[in-house]
Amino acid sequence: MYTETEIIKDNTDLGPDGELVVNMGPQHPATHGVLHLVVTLNGETIKKIEPHLGYIHRSIEKMCESLTYRQFIYVTSRMDYLSSHINNTACALLVEKGMQIEVPERAKVVRTILNELTRIASHELWIGAMAMDLGAFTPFFYAFREREMITDIMEDTCGARLTMNYIVPGGLMYDIHPDFQTKVKAFVKQFKEKVTEYEDLVTGNVIFQSRTKGVGVLTAEDAISYGCTGPVARASGVRCDIRKIDPYDAYDRVEFDEVIETAGDSFARYMVRVKEMNQSIRIIEQLIDQIPEGDFVGKTKNVLKLAKGEFYQRVETARGELGVYIVSEGATTPHRIKFRSPGFSNLSVLDHIAKGSKIGDLMATMGTLDLVIPDIDR
Amino acid sequence: MFLKDYISDVVNGVSSLLKGMRKTGYYFTHSKEIITEQYPDNRATLKLADRFKGEVVMPHDENNEHTCTGCTACELACPNGTIKIITKFDITPEGKKKKAIDAFIYRLEMCTLCNLCVAACPSDAIKMAPNFEHSVFDRSKLTKILNKPGSKIKEGIE
Repeated sequence: MYTETEIIKDNTDLGPDGELVVNMGPQHPATHGVLHLVVTLNGETIKKIEPHLGYIHRSIEKMCESLTYRQFIYVTSRMDYLSSHINNTACALLVEKGMQIEVPERAKVVRTILNELTRIASHELWIGAMAMDLGAFTPFFYAFREREMITDIMEDTCGARLTMNYIVPGGLMYDIHPDFQTKVKAFVKQFKEKVTEYEDLVTGNVIFQSRTKGVGVLTAEDAISYGCTGPVARASGVRCDIRKIDPYDAYDRVEFDEVIETAGDSFARYMVRVKEMNQSIRIIEQLIDQIPEGDFVGKTKNVLKLAKGEFYQRVETARGELGVYIVSEGATTPHRIKFRSPGFSNLSVLDHIAKGSKIGDLMATMGTLDLVIPDIDR
Repeated sequence: MFLKDYISDVVNGVSSLLKGMRKTGYYFTHSKEIITEQYPDNRATLKLADRFKGEVVMPHDENNEHTCTGCTACELACPNGTIKIITKFDITPEGKKKKAIDAFIYRLEMCTLCNLCVAACPSDAIKMAPNFEHSVFDRSKLTKILNKPGSKIKEGIE
């Protein structure tokens, strides 16, 4: 039995300068996935953050090396599961580039629409989860109402809600559902009406603003040197949208703005994603009536073999730049495959921008980085 | 100056909170606009999409005939070895040997529902079914034999 004084004595094993080490996760309810952060604190001020990775490592890169060029696409849905369509597109584009497969126009346009729907769904989930991290529970349900419409569209056309595996080298696995266009139009209409609700609930909220403005500031130089991409870098004023720099599929024929904010704080990252959703809606509106008739999949050989050499393809996922790099020895399976995932680079900046801030601000900083742990660990 | 800032902060803060509360109040009084699926109470009326990928099934017609030739295209297309086809040789009425499937073994617990086997099938023998309630107490129940007992291949399918 401890006496009262002994308990106090036991709990004072602080470091030399009064440091306290706090483990955040893997079971912490506010973290996404199973990220384990070892936070060194001095009082309430953060001195150091060390992310411990590997809890959800499945060796996807090695797995892909034993699968053929048709089979390895489905594995990439499990990396960044919130933008699985875009991951699949990256792999399919690379195989098409390596084998010079002609992709029909219909497939290109449908892919672009589905990619943008995925991006909206991902940002919707992020808004809900991030607001929940900051203590607001209601926006989660509002965001999921619109996201549910997108998952319904995905379920109709692709047959799955999250890990679609709808994109194959050469086009699409099967044709779009007959109701696809009407459903997407209904979604666009509803989204435009309801997006103001997020503005009322979250953007204008005084508590949300004071918790995010000026918190976790990332400068443009740091964003570039840490390799940040996507909304994280664009909130710091770095132009890095692959859809603009290196257009793929049907992005070269649509008009949209690359959303740039200059403040670099958590609120700017939030605003970039909200505005990006509106740009995605703009892209969908331009394409939904222009889906050309014709084949949905191009002519491919029965057995796909990439020529000897190195191939690289990058796309813009909801979180940033995803790069797929394949070294081929001319066989039916890749010799070496490497994924450059946006989440890993975005996480590596966390220690830099959260250092010196209070532990309460860490939730806002981490939430707005939009970390998906399976994407970081792979 | 300080007092002015303080008062405007309070007024702006309260008005922004009321704006959010108005939305909450709106949905509190308009309960019909809330969409919630009452699963599992709505099992009888639950309608899943036709293409929903729940599990692989082999459709049989009224004569207990399927269209699987046992070509193992699905077995080769499967990324995780979910499907195993055991073939046998039937004797046709003319006295010739003919290849047919003995057992189409499907391991649901290993399946990632990627649809590659269905896409690879040349004779449309298998398809995806929208059943999703797969939980059982014993894992061995998830290993299924898809061809029904006594079934045979349809006439004219090579």
